[in-house]
Amino acid sequence: MTFLLRRAVFYLVTLWAAITANFLLPRLLPGDPVQAMITKLGGRLNSDAMASLYVLFGLDEKKSLWEQYVDYWGALLRGDLGLSFTFFPTPVADVLSQSLPWTLGLVGVTTVIAFVLGTLAGVYAGWKRGSWLDSLIPVTTFLSSIPYFWLGLIAISVFSVTFPLLPASGGYAAGLVPEWSWEFVGSVLEHAVLPGITIVVSSVAGWVLGMRNMMVTVSAEDYVLVARAKGLSQRRIMFAYAARNAVLPSISGFALSLGFIVGGALLVEMVFSYPGLGYVLFQGIGAKDYPLMQGVFLVITLAVLVANLLADVGYLLLDPRTRREG
Amino acid sequence: MNFKTRLGLGILAFFAVIAVVGEWIAPYDPSEMGNDLLSPPSAAHWFGTTMTGQDIFSQVLVGTRGVMVVGLVCGVLATILSIVVGVTAGFLGGAADEALSMLSNVFLVIPALPLIIIVASMLPSADTVLIAAVISLTAWAWGARVLRAQTMSLRRRDFVEAARASGERTWRIIVFEVLPNLTAVIASGFVGTVIFAVMLQITLSFVGVVSLSTWNWGTVLFWAQSNQALGLGAWWWFVPAGLCIALLGTALALINFGIDEYANPRLRKVRA
Repeated sequence: MTFLLRRAVFYLVTLWAAITANFLLPRLLPGDPVQAMITKLGGRLNSDAMASLYVLFGLDEKKSLWEQYVDYWGALLRGDLGLSFTFFPTPVADVLSQSLPWTLGLVGVTTVIAFVLGTLAGVYAGWKRGSWLDSLIPVTTFLSSIPYFWLGLIAISVFSVTFPLLPASGGYAAGLVPEWSWEFVGSVLEHAVLPGITIVVSSVAGWVLGMRNMMVTVSAEDYVLVARAKGLSQRRIMFAYAARNAVLPSISGFALSLGFIVGGALLVEMVFSYPGLGYVLFQGIGAKDYPLMQGVFLVITLAVLVANLLADVGYLLLDPRTRREG
Repeated sequence: MNFKTRLGLGILAFFAVIAVVGEWIAPYDPSEMGNDLLSPPSAAHWFGTTMTGQDIFSQVLVGTRGVMVVGLVCGVLATILSIVVGVTAGFLGGAADEALSMLSNVFLVIPALPLIIIVASMLPSADTVLIAAVISLTAWAWGARVLRAQTMSLRRRDFVEAARASGERTWRIIVFEVLPNLTAVIASGFVGTVIFAVMLQITLSFVGVVSLSTWNWGTVLFWAQSNQALGLGAWWWFVPAGLCIALLGTALALINFGIDEYANPRLRKVRA
């Protein structure tokens, strides 16, 4: 258990670092963009909202930095992230809780699909090294070099504009009310196809390459040779001997590349106007909506950390060495 | 050097030349508005024109420099940071290692894109060099991690022990005994960082948080997106810039494979 405990401590430290960065950024950087927005909104802000923006962005200059920091934590723990300027006068926390499920659904499902598909493909490509499969490497490299958002643009232009097969934007058809009905769920799935495929196609190549190279390295190990000498079936050697060991770096890499993948997925949401955090962030950029942007950053960081913890549990199950430690 | 590596180097050299001479060979001023509005590729406008009649071929040519400069600056800055953090952590071990590893892991796990978007949009003037510096701050951690692992495997080798026994100073051992053995890892980290930086810069331009006064491939895509090029069927507006990004990315990745195969002979192609 020490393994998980150590990881949990690390994630707490990371969360603290992210929150502290969020606290310091508006105070360190020159200019007072939030003050400008408050002046612009003028009398439309009520005194409570004004007070929380002062706490979040350090506009109250009479307080010391430490007092501001304590107040900031207090606001966060109460779930108070300030008011969104874009969706005025909705609190940021409400905007985020509406868009978070969309992102979790889309990014969660596609990341798992891409990881499983890519890893399986990598197992075969590495096992059959030197065959025609090797010629697929430049192709996957090319695919992984395409920015997520550009692939999304191409997907829209081909499958929505030229051949109008699938919807180009939104999370469900206009006019539907979110509820548990076949019509609504079907519409959600239909709208998720293009963004989903975009994310899978651009993230799958990384897993294929990493897994292939590890398979090639592991296949030369003595225990694989022994397994062959014992006359075990190819399938068994490939999965139980080679792949099980080769997948470990992929899983620990999963944790570390998640932040990157989520970044790409946010862009896909922007391109498809998908109602998740990415699109919210995009709208926030245009309006210089700092409370909203910072809220998105915090929520995404939190989600990535939780996903990392899950990946660690998976690692624990696959690698007995980490279990023996404790 | 195999074919893949040479291909990668060739494409990279091509873009490097464009980055230098792009501004001179561009047939038009990229910001100048012309009379051919939204026209498809033709002899006069190889990549077609925008909604306001700007020549997209010129925009892509001129924009190459911004992309390459950010890639290079970030690559150098982030590689230096990763060497300092990674090699120090790996060589010293102990508490210094714990602290530095923790630092680089924190940077790895925090999602960089939203953080950089916030920083870039708060900066009063987000010009190319400033953005390159901000990107470098988030791009060094992966390299540091790899370098640390490699350094740890080196520090107990006989030649390092010999240097230690003969009374060499720590910095001298690091610079003259350890670093030369890390060349391949550093090189591949550099190339990886350049890919990361180029993608991030283009992304930032695309979402519109970077100053739009200088051209790069991301700004071309920003204008295409904000003018609804997709809905208008103006594929020529966003296809060339995207293909350039993908080509440059592929070239760098191919170079990295070459370095990997050089460093890890098991990955080399088996000769039948």
